[in-house]
Amino acid sequence: MENKLVITTSPHIRTPETIRSIMIDVLIALFPVAVVSVLLFGYRALILMVVAMVVAMVTEAVLLRKKDIFSDGSAAVTGLLLAMTLPATVPWWVAAVGSVVAIIIGKQMFGGVGHNIFNPALVGRAVLVVSWAAHLAGDVFPVPRPFDFSADVVTSATPLGMEGAELADVALMDLFIGNIGGALGETSALALLIGGFWLFYKGHIDWRIPGCYLGTVFIFGLLFGGAIYENALLTGVFHLLAGGVMIGALFMATDMVTSPVTGLGKVIFGVGCGFLTMLIRLWGNYPEGVMFAILLMNALTPIIDRYTLPRKFGEVKK
Amino acid sequence: MSVYLQDLGRGILKENPVFRLLLGMCPVLGVTGFAMNGLGMGVAATMVLICSNVVVSAFRNVIPKTIRIPIYIVIIASFVTLVDMLLAAFQPDLHDQLGIFVPLIVVNCMILGRAEAFAGKKPVSRSLVDGVGVGIGFTLALVLLASFREILGHGTLFDINITGAAFDPMGVMALPPGAFLALGILLYLVNLAFRRLGIE
Repeated sequence: MENKLVITTSPHIRTPETIRSIMIDVLIALFPVAVVSVLLFGYRALILMVVAMVVAMVTEAVLLRKKDIFSDGSAAVTGLLLAMTLPATVPWWVAAVGSVVAIIIGKQMFGGVGHNIFNPALVGRAVLVVSWAAHLAGDVFPVPRPFDFSADVVTSATPLGMEGAELADVALMDLFIGNIGGALGETSALALLIGGFWLFYKGHIDWRIPGCYLGTVFIFGLLFGGAIYENALLTGVFHLLAGGVMIGALFMATDMVTSPVTGLGKVIFGVGCGFLTMLIRLWGNYPEGVMFAILLMNALTPIIDRYTLPRKFGEVKK
Repeated sequence: MSVYLQDLGRGILKENPVFRLLLGMCPVLGVTGFAMNGLGMGVAATMVLICSNVVVSAFRNVIPKTIRIPIYIVIIASFVTLVDMLLAAFQPDLHDQLGIFVPLIVVNCMILGRAEAFAGKKPVSRSLVDGVGVGIGFTLALVLLASFREILGHGTLFDINITGAAFDPMGVMALPPGAFLALGILLYLVNLAFRRLGIE
């Protein structure tokens, strides 16, 4: 008799999704990117990714006194995303320090998973960029040697840091498949798009943030990008494919914790990220602005959410 | 005698202006890039604090209650001017390093706070001891924070290289964001230590 009537409080509809399952999906989405980066940059890429992930997981396990070091998987994602933003020439200990900073300052100080204001991986990278600029900026990006696992490193600037004649040699096809100097995970737009579609297919990301982000970058590149190619449309495409816009738009700006939840909020967030990125790229001191753009918009997320709340059913406009 | 010891100890530990009361944060964040600057700032602020405490306490019965704050500020400003000129005359390098932060001691809420909360109500002798205690507490906190930042940010301590050439300094600690990060980390560590030692 008592089984016939089950009385519980809401919620009544549950999802089989857990933080762990979502994070595993993100790791799967990053897998093609990781494979491509190892193919392009050799063993250094592998070392960096492993070091960053392990250090991030161990730091979190120690802080939370957990025995299970994978736990909900968010630390692994943070570590991997951080490694993706570093050039392959970075010493392993820089990646390790970045992971520790990302987990402690970026995440746990705000109260752990779900409470962080800023994307932890980008906090880690921001501290690294300011601290060890010599390792992370300028002509430190290795020229890829596809399928050469133990390649000697020749370094160059990212396409965004190049000028004039150098820039004219950059082929859009190379930018698309990733055969160009850059950070581990940012070079191959193809691999990133595959990962992005997987996340989209699983319903973890909304089209609005990456769509508006990439759209804004394209339009700005088209209008103000300078004459990199004769066809202005191609210049717009160049700005989409070069640098970290792809990984930023697909994997970092879409972070559930640090981006708005409302539809209109996501549009504002995406356009804001694109606008700030291009502002820094075209008129700022840094060649690349994805990191600072996303961090700045992260800070605005609570305000955006607050002012874009949808009207409740029946609510009268004041 | 014990009341003096209490006055002295309170400023250093229980009511440490930096780690417990979070007063006078402007120089704490602004000049702690090098341990030497932290020490200089701490000593300068301590001198002002002791003198202003004594004078405020000596005149506490003749200062009208309604306009006491402006009068405190005039007293503090006089001593700041003195310290500023003394520094410029005898320690010109340090004076250049500290820059605007020396005149800013005038509006340091730690000094104004001691005048308002302690010296304006207590006898001269106790106010003197209180000034010494709080000053030592402030100086210790500044030197601790500045050492932390100098070691991480430059690999040196009081301009002596202590980490060896293999150490690649963490530049962010030498920059303004590093001041906030280092202060946050030290606040946590110091208060954790206080709690473990039973100082509340």
